[in-house]
Order: sequence, then C-alpha cells, then structure tokens
Amino acid sequence: MSVDVSTPGSPSAQGALSAHGASITLKGLTKRYGTATAVDAIDLEARPGEFLTLLGPSGSGKTTTLNMIAGFVDVTSGELLIDDRPVHSLPPHKRNIGMVFQHYALFPHMSVSENVAYPLRQRKVPKAERQALVTEALRTVGLAHLGHRRPQQLSGGQQQRVALARAMVYSPRVLLMDEPLGALDKKLRDSLQLEIKRIHGELGTTFVYVTHDQDEALVLSDRIAVFNDGRIEQVGTAEDLYERPSTLFVAQFLGESSLFHGVATEGADGAGVRALDRTLRAGRGHARAGEPAALVVRPERIRVHPIDGAAADQAGVDQSAPAGNAVRGRVRQEIYLGNSRKLAVEVADGTQVLVRESAGDLSGSRPGDEVWLTFRPEDAAVLPATPSHDNTPTRTAN
Amino acid sequence: MNKTSTRVWQSLLAVFCALVALWLVAPSLVVIPLSLSDKPSFAFPPTGWSTRWYSNFFDDPSWLDALTASLKVGLLVVVVATVSGTAAAVALTRSAFRGRQALRAVLLAPMIVPVIVVAIGLYALFLKAQLLGTTFGFVVAHSVLALPFVVIPVTASLQGFDRRLENAAAICGANRWATFRQVTLPLVAPGVLSGALFAFVTSFDEVVMSLFIQSPYLQTLPVKMYASVTRDTDPTIAAAATLILALTTVATLAATLYIARRNRVR
Repeated sequence: MSVDVSTPGSPSAQGALSAHGASITLKGLTKRYGTATAVDAIDLEARPGEFLTLLGPSGSGKTTTLNMIAGFVDVTSGELLIDDRPVHSLPPHKRNIGMVFQHYALFPHMSVSENVAYPLRQRKVPKAERQALVTEALRTVGLAHLGHRRPQQLSGGQQQRVALARAMVYSPRVLLMDEPLGALDKKLRDSLQLEIKRIHGELGTTFVYVTHDQDEALVLSDRIAVFNDGRIEQVGTAEDLYERPSTLFVAQFLGESSLFHGVATEGADGAGVRALDRTLRAGRGHARAGEPAALVVRPERIRVHPIDGAAADQAGVDQSAPAGNAVRGRVRQEIYLGNSRKLAVEVADGTQVLVRESAGDLSGSRPGDEVWLTFRPEDAAVLPATPSHDNTPTRTAN
Repeated sequence: MNKTSTRVWQSLLAVFCALVALWLVAPSLVVIPLSLSDKPSFAFPPTGWSTRWYSNFFDDPSWLDALTASLKVGLLVVVVATVSGTAAAVALTRSAFRGRQALRAVLLAPMIVPVIVVAIGLYALFLKAQLLGTTFGFVVAHSVLALPFVVIPVTASLQGFDRRLENAAAICGANRWATFRQVTLPLVAPGVLSGALFAFVTSFDEVVMSLFIQSPYLQTLPVKMYASVTRDTDPTIAAAATLILALTTVATLAATLYIARRNRVR
C-alpha cells in the first residue's frame, strides 16, 4: 500500500505532530446526482496551513464538496488537486487526509488509545513510536488520562476530542472537519472552538471546516467561502465578508443587515438605489443601473435622530431632513440586549429596518416615535436583488 | 380496572404462558427419562433407572461413527455457510446491482421450498456426480439449507451498522479489506455468530435430505437414529436424542451469554 508516512523521526521531540499544510485547489468542481446539481462548477483554493471554512445553509453543497475532497463522493467533473497533484482517482485511504465527523465516528469496539492508534496501525508505524504519538495526541486534546476508556464511556465533547486526536496523530497535511461541533451544546462548542483554533496554530496543517454556524466561522477561520445552492457566493476573510459583502445572500447570511429595496442607479457620485422616493447613495455598487437592487447597511452603521413632533409639524417634514442618506420612519419595536439595543423602524414602504445602538450611544427613541435614519455612503453597498429574495430586512441571528 | 382484577389477569396470563412453554418444550424433555429407563422399551414413565443405553451408545462404533460424521459435517457447514452467507449479506446490503432482489429470493428459497423436493432433485444430481454418501456431498447439501439462516441475521446486523465508521476507517488509511476485517466484522460479530450457530444446528438436525444422500458408509446421527427407530426400537435412540438436546442447548446458551456479555461491555 502506498500511503505516505509523513511521521517525523523523533516522536518525543517538541512538535512531534506538526506538519506542513498542503494546498488544496478545486477547479470547476462539479457533482451531479442524476439531474440534480449538488455542487456547480466551483473554484476554490485553500492555501498551505490555512483555516478555510465552507459556510452555508444545509443543502448548499458544502458537505458534498468536503466529501469530494475526502474521496467519499465521486467527482462528476472538474479538477481536485492537493499540492497541485490530482487526487480524484485516489481512494480515501490513499489520500493521507485527516477527518473529524459530526457524529464522532469512533470505533466502539476499541479503547480511546486504540482509536487514536488506528491510523498509525494502518501506516505500520512501529509500536514504540505509535505509543508515543498516541500519548502526544491525547495530551494535545487534554485526554491523556482517559486512553483506556471506551469511547461510549466519554461525554460528547470528550468523544469529539478523541476524534480530533485520531485525525491529527499521523500529521496529515490536510484536516477536514464536517460540522464537528454540531452535536454539542453551546458552552462546549465555544470552548472546543478555541481549542480547535489553538491546535490549528500548533499543527500548521491546512484545515477545511464545514459549518452552517456563522459565529463559528467568524471565530475560527482565516478565510470563509460562503456556499449557496451549490455555488460559492463569496470567498474572503471574515472582515471582507462582513464589511464588504458582494451578494445579498452573503449580506443576509453573515450577520444582520438592513435592506432598502429599489432600482440601482449609477451617477457621477457613484452607485445608488432609487428607493422611498429618493436616491440613496452607497460607497460600493455591484448592480447594473436599472436592475432591481437593494442597498445594504449593517444595523450598527445606522444612526437614529429623534424628530421633535411639534417642530416637525411647523417646519414641514422634508425641511427637517438631515443631509445625505436619510430615511424617515417610525420606531415599531425595541429589543434590549444589555450591551446594545435593537430597534425595528418602519419606513414609508412598510419595510422594517433594523438598527442597533450600542449602550454607550443611545438616541433615546421609544416605540411610536418618529425618527430620521441616516448612514454614510461608505458604509453601504448596492447589491443585485436575487430573484428569490425575501422581503424581511433582516435575518434573525444570534 | 381495579388493582385486584389487574392482578387476576396477570396471573392468568402467566399460567397461559407457562402452558404454551410446556407445550413447546415437554415433548423434547420426555426423551431424558426415556433414555434413563432400565428396560428395552419406550414405556413412559420408566419403571426403573439405568445408564445402560448411554453405555450402549458409546460402545457401539456405528453410533459413534454417526456422531463423528454429524459433528464433522456440521462444523464444515458452519465454515462454508457462514463465510458465503456473510459475503452474500454484505453484497445484498451494500450494493445496488440489478437482480439484487432476485438473488435475495434465491438465497432464502431453501427456507420455503419443501425439503423433500430439494432432496429428490439433489439425489438425482448426486447420483450422477457420484457424491452420494460423501462428506463433500453432505456439506454441500446442508450448506444450501443453512445459508438463509446466516444471511438473515447478518443482513439485520449490517443494516443496524453505522456506515460512517467505514468512512472513518478509510480516511484513517484502511483499505476496504482492512476496514471490513477490523471495523465492520467485529461490530456485526453477534449476527455472524448467531448465523454460524443456526448453520450448525440446521446441519446437525437435518434428516430428510440426509436420508436421500446417505450411504451405509456415511450416516449422520439423525439418519442413524431414523434407521434405529425402524429396526432396533431400544432406548439407545433416546440417549442419542438427549445428547443432541444437551449439545444444542449448551451451544445456544454459550452464544447467548457471549452476546449478552459483549453488549454489556459496550
């Protein structure tokens, strides 16, 4: 069997489990089941040692993509390269990849140590060295004292640590994780996230991580690829995706967004959207003029200005309008969140616009109040309206 | 319903269950006192006790030869039927090939087709192939009958088996054979074991087909017993029956205990 053994010579040396991460390149990778397309000609590259997250709702093709990298799912067309070598014809056991599964997939008839030693057994690593590596791997995940137990005697979090130890004990150059924290409760998830991030830093292996949890993706990733409907919407750092989403889907899937639906315009002063009987300006535009589009602003980038009822009546509505992007509305709901406060403001076309005010900077507006909403053009983007966009301005998250 | 009448109904149910159990087991248990009778007759209950029929059994080479033949054939059937039955069960549960349902029906057919029909057909074939009265012939014939008893429990075990474990083994570097041997097989072992046990009992117990393919030189125990009951009619046959009863009971109990202990360890 021609399995690459990239085990370093001295197992007791510092960093016995470290490896140089491999690059993974997907070119036009496609998977079809009959007439249904699960993954539609995606291009993606994971750089050596990178933590790349495939983020998306269920059925978006992220797990199918991961399974193609692992070799569990055949590639319909396109290229799959690890370190620039095509691997799509190699069976999983010859790819020298580590993988952690959502439901642990530990062998119930073996002890914890035997589970972790299993990949080394397949690679015919001598017993003494095997023992040292197993101890090292279990120590890394903080379970050195539980090697003799059976997996089913451990808690879910401990089992997933064992699975992690088993996946990294042979220093694979690529480590795949398929929603590894999906079956755990919130608190455990948070602590394991930090542990995974630490281990990634220590190992230097390329991680490809699948999740539908945006918070998890933001915490862990160097870069995130957002999947939707078998395609990749956008790839970038967490900051890229959050601050500069290039599609409406990304804007709504990652974090919360406030949307103003209208028609894209292109003026001398940049991109804009014709909505609510005015033109709202944005720093970035991804839509062609005349197309249906939405202007997207993060809720914390919108400022609320209370309108003094009497003064407004006297002066006339529009004269009191602040300069720049300003939309008038009425506060419908207030949600207290401790460090911040969320307001749902209904604007003229009936859309509820979400605003988030931090606790140190409150406008003092209450439900029922008339307010002006303002935002800077550089905090807004005009994105093409997807044919199936829903009308709710925000995705409930957190 | 009040408490008293609930208790009455429960007692009635218990009595009914006991009667059914007795009805199922009693005829088998009758052979035990019969085998210990002191007279060369099947009078029940026996009037006196002795172990002479057991001595008779172990002193008569024809009885011992029959026992040896049965054990030999039974163990070979275990090997043949368990290996091929397990392989068939894997194929039936794992791959979606054309004619899968048809193959399944054919494999299970020996349970449904009357044994006498198979026996006659087999007799004609074996006569031509000169397999009558050979160990090989017995093993082939009994394996056909035993196969469904392996396929059914192993298929059930495989259907309850978490296939993700096979993916995990593969990604750890195990090829398909290593995965099967080190992960799949140990986890479906209870099904395979009960299949093996059924295969042995099926062969050890088989009389109809064996009567057709026997020869004076090779008789299995049930064949010898059938001959004995028509010729000698002495309680040696009861001793033989008691031995078979003891052997199958011990085998079944051992397997049950083994599986129960395994499941507790998990």
